[in-house]
Amino acid sequence: MRDREGRLEAVREEAAARGRVEGAAGPVTGAPFPAAASTTGYYGHPLLKAPVWTWEVPAYFFVGGAAGAAAVIAAVAAAAGADPQIARDARGIAACGALLSPLLLVADLGRPSRFLNMLRVFKLRSPMSVGAWALAVFSAAAVISAGLDWLPVDRVLGPLVAPIAGATSATAAVTGLVLATYTGVLLGVTAIPVWAAHARLLPAHFGASAFGAAVGAIELAGHRTPTLNLLGISVAAIETAISARLEWSPQPSGRVLREGAAGAFARLAGVLGGPLPLVLRLAASHTAEVRVVAAVCMVVGSLLTRLAWTRAGVASAADPRAAGV
Amino acid sequence: MPTTGFFTDSTLCIGCKACEVACKEWNAVPDTAFTWTGESYDNTGGLGHSTWRHVKFVERLRDNTPAWDFSSDVCKHCEHAGCLEACPTGSIVRTEFGGVFVQADVCNGCGYCVVACPFGVVDRRPDDGRAFKCTFCYDRQKAGLEPACAKVCPTQSIQFGDLDTLRRRADERLVELRARGVIDAVVYDPRHTSVGGTHAIFLVRGDVGDYNLPANPEVPTVRLGEAWQAAGLTAAVLLALTSLAFLVGSP
Repeated sequence: MRDREGRLEAVREEAAARGRVEGAAGPVTGAPFPAAASTTGYYGHPLLKAPVWTWEVPAYFFVGGAAGAAAVIAAVAAAAGADPQIARDARGIAACGALLSPLLLVADLGRPSRFLNMLRVFKLRSPMSVGAWALAVFSAAAVISAGLDWLPVDRVLGPLVAPIAGATSATAAVTGLVLATYTGVLLGVTAIPVWAAHARLLPAHFGASAFGAAVGAIELAGHRTPTLNLLGISVAAIETAISARLEWSPQPSGRVLREGAAGAFARLAGVLGGPLPLVLRLAASHTAEVRVVAAVCMVVGSLLTRLAWTRAGVASAADPRAAGV
Repeated sequence: MPTTGFFTDSTLCIGCKACEVACKEWNAVPDTAFTWTGESYDNTGGLGHSTWRHVKFVERLRDNTPAWDFSSDVCKHCEHAGCLEACPTGSIVRTEFGGVFVQADVCNGCGYCVVACPFGVVDRRPDDGRAFKCTFCYDRQKAGLEPACAKVCPTQSIQFGDLDTLRRRADERLVELRARGVIDAVVYDPRHTSVGGTHAIFLVRGDVGDYNLPANPEVPTVRLGEAWQAAGLTAAVLLALTSLAFLVGSP
């Protein structure tokens, strides 16, 4: 160190005396040298920005998806001539979700007072724009559809109400199918590596998860019919297949779904949404307690699935190795 | 209107950060730079909601000699911009100069552009709630002026002008540098990807990854087709399964 200080003094004196300096100032050795490396990018800073969404957005994915699926089940149940109380309760669940969903989305906006700007334009190329419009139509249809159930049906009102009920129920079912699946498109069409790599799988995962939550919710409302058990078995089977695919998926960006805290969370969500209720339903669906456990698993699993994918997105954005390849 | 662009020639950059300062002053961007990162002379870390120009200080060994490369980063103003396509309010628009501009009076802070940018540029400002990024000094360009960063750059490392002219100039500069033995110089303008090239092009030395520039950026909307197909197929299967369950299950 003394040598270097001495050399610095010599350089200063030489500069002052002659106006220029010849020779090197000194060797640069021994100091920590933070070399840039292509594997970690710029000082390990993530190339991408992490999602800024808070819990409201994955919660909306869950609530909106379950509501949309419930509207589909309500319309099919009514058309198939099943117990009218099933359709009625399913419409009620859809309406609750339809009222809660916009509140969750508005709460997450940076400028909640400008939520109506979402309906300022319609952009087919923006999944969020398509989703905002689908939700707006769904909310109106689902709430009217459920509200009509409260009207006293008599000879005067009956003929008037029936076509409106049919139209709103059908509208809620069609937009409900969009609501149950579009959130997967929303995540898939981003730059976040783990979401982008699963752009085809996400709509399927979210759709199955939405129907799982709706079946569970209707069962918890007291309808433990063989029909709903059958539907529960089919969607749990789809979710099991998707979880297996994610567990043994060769996608490098899928690492965040298997490693660390985000990975543990994703696995828990996968087990609760797929294999566990599938086994319970196949083994002992005639036992009321087991049926309730299976239903709770599917509802909770659906919520955790959305939270897990959101967390995985945050972890994926922070991974300098996953981006920019 | 001609399409304008930035050509940032990193081999001319002296790391003075005048561009960062000029940008903040002209656009009245809140301060962010009063932290010490310990990463060379960098104290802003990266582009963000309140850093629209960012000078990178890349330290490394070149031919066993310490080398210090500077490069002023900025929004790429993509030919096919992910943020613009994602924006559900129509707040993000293409200007008559070809730049990508966030209309602050329309943005409602949904945050979708943040995850749609393949370069990690646009970000939501927590205390304000809206998304911000480089405006390409749209107001100055409207008045016939060059952007503040280009105006203030003392070494002409940041050049502003007609995009095609700048692309030619970048290619000529590359040939000149290579002839002088700077064989690791490269022009960054990802025209081979779905982004379709950027309106802010760069000349850097070495691997573009060292500067956090993605080698193969993709505009996320290339996956729109496959994702909606999957959604449609899923919806059809789930509707069929529900119908089947009620047909089989009902007496």
